[in-house]
Amino acid sequence: MTLLTVDNITVRYGRLTALRGISLSIDEGEVLFVTGPNGAGKSTLLNAIAGVVPPVSGSITIDGIDVTGVPPEQIARRRFSLVPEGRNVFGALTIEENLKVGAGMRADKHKVAGDLETVYGEFPMLADRRHTAAGMLSGGQQQMLVIGRALMTSPRLMAIDEPSLGLAPKIIDQVYEILVRLRAQRRLTLLIVEQSSTRALMTGGRMILMRGGRIVLEGPASDMIKDERLKQAYFGFGDH
Amino acid sequence: MTGLLQILFDALSLGSLYALGALGIALIFGVMRLVNFAHGDFIAFCVFAMLWPSINAAAIVFAGNLPFYLLIPLLLLVGAGLSILSEVIVFRRFRNANPATMMIASFALGFAIRNFLLMLFSSRPKSVTLWPSLGLPVEILGARIPMLQIVTIVITLVVLAALTLFLKRTRYGLEMRAAAENFTMARMLGVRANGVILFAFAISGMLAAAIGLILATNSGTADIGMGANVMLIAFIATVIGGLGSIPGAVAAGFLIGGASVLFQATLPPDARVFRDAFVYGAVIVVLLVRPQGLFAPKSAKQRV
Repeated sequence: MTLLTVDNITVRYGRLTALRGISLSIDEGEVLFVTGPNGAGKSTLLNAIAGVVPPVSGSITIDGIDVTGVPPEQIARRRFSLVPEGRNVFGALTIEENLKVGAGMRADKHKVAGDLETVYGEFPMLADRRHTAAGMLSGGQQQMLVIGRALMTSPRLMAIDEPSLGLAPKIIDQVYEILVRLRAQRRLTLLIVEQSSTRALMTGGRMILMRGGRIVLEGPASDMIKDERLKQAYFGFGDH
Repeated sequence: MTGLLQILFDALSLGSLYALGALGIALIFGVMRLVNFAHGDFIAFCVFAMLWPSINAAAIVFAGNLPFYLLIPLLLLVGAGLSILSEVIVFRRFRNANPATMMIASFALGFAIRNFLLMLFSSRPKSVTLWPSLGLPVEILGARIPMLQIVTIVITLVVLAALTLFLKRTRYGLEMRAAAENFTMARMLGVRANGVILFAFAISGMLAAAIGLILATNSGTADIGMGANVMLIAFIATVIGGLGSIPGAVAAGFLIGGASVLFQATLPPDARVFRDAFVYGAVIVVLLVRPQGLFAPKSAKQRV
């Protein structure tokens, strides 16, 4: 079943066009990697889906319902959770408070306590320091916290912007391990922006290559990795 | 000893007033990066709401005749209402504008409120008598402390305690703190932007009403510019406290109040007229040493 459809959206920041007619769709339970060089519009794509930057044209539908221009708090209520780049923890709030912000809007309050324990189970390091201010955590710990916090919203789709950015390889492995497991356990749909295409290959799923605000290549990650155009996109060869 | 006690109460009560003002500014700044320069005019508006429109010096008290248990909630409601209206009518349109634009909008709103009051009441200060018994002194360890000072301090402590409980223990308080740190992220987690902002405006408006009541009781007059001084100091307190830090704003409010009273008590009589110059001098020194403010929030800097 199609969970999300993005149809021909264009996003501008002032006079700068960040996305030029992007279309894609994600099925329930799927993993979609979005890759491409800096400035390709990957983060903008996630922000557009999350409702942070409304597209100037085109449409976004969730479960077949048009949500173009709907504010982020309403997108979140459709159980879409975005983990933006840069690990946006609320630094002055404790770990537990950060997690609870994610659960605030939920109608199924009785399940929140259980989910909190699940998140603590996945990330025992967070449980040990639950009353510590989130600003005191290391980068890797903050990354785990924002993923945990997104899980507390009980999402169907989780979109993560560069989960591996600035993290040690060992911690990246850990993060992906958890994501793969969560996907299996909860039929979580994942949309992951990732520079490193090897990660995409290891995790499987579909891959999209973006460049200059457009999608230039799309297919199974395993095929894409062999495609010369992937390298060209990064190194700027080819006829763009 | 009694002199010291007197100074202590002066400092605490003046500091309380500034702290309440700074809180009103900091709450709104926290959720939408707006320094609301109309806050001082909110204070005046709440006081004038007690009077019947007239240009005479002897004001015809209107709502001011109500017993306190009706008057106080009524004025709090007026403050909250005015504040919410200004968000809905004015500030909402500037939600995504840059902070300077929003600040100018708040100046404009302040002008509009002031001239509205001017139109109805003229510029003559009006005498209002609220609870004269609060002016009577009480003896504490030999020092004679005006009852109003004690009431002011107690009110402030109660407000601070209630607000702390609200911010720390309730879902909406949690959301407000999260929104103050990173508004977009909070919205992506389902925090309703309009709800949080309206709530901050409502509390801020009620704080303005409380300050208005204290000022009017203390001075016995209603004056169109009566909120300006508190507003200015409150703004400075939010800067010194570290913009965005609510506890910082409160602490800095108390600090400035304390410093004012201390200068007043210790400066040689000839220099006392320059007390405010000394206070602002101290403010400049603080900002030179700590430009980010004394209690700048430990922002979640990206760590690797």
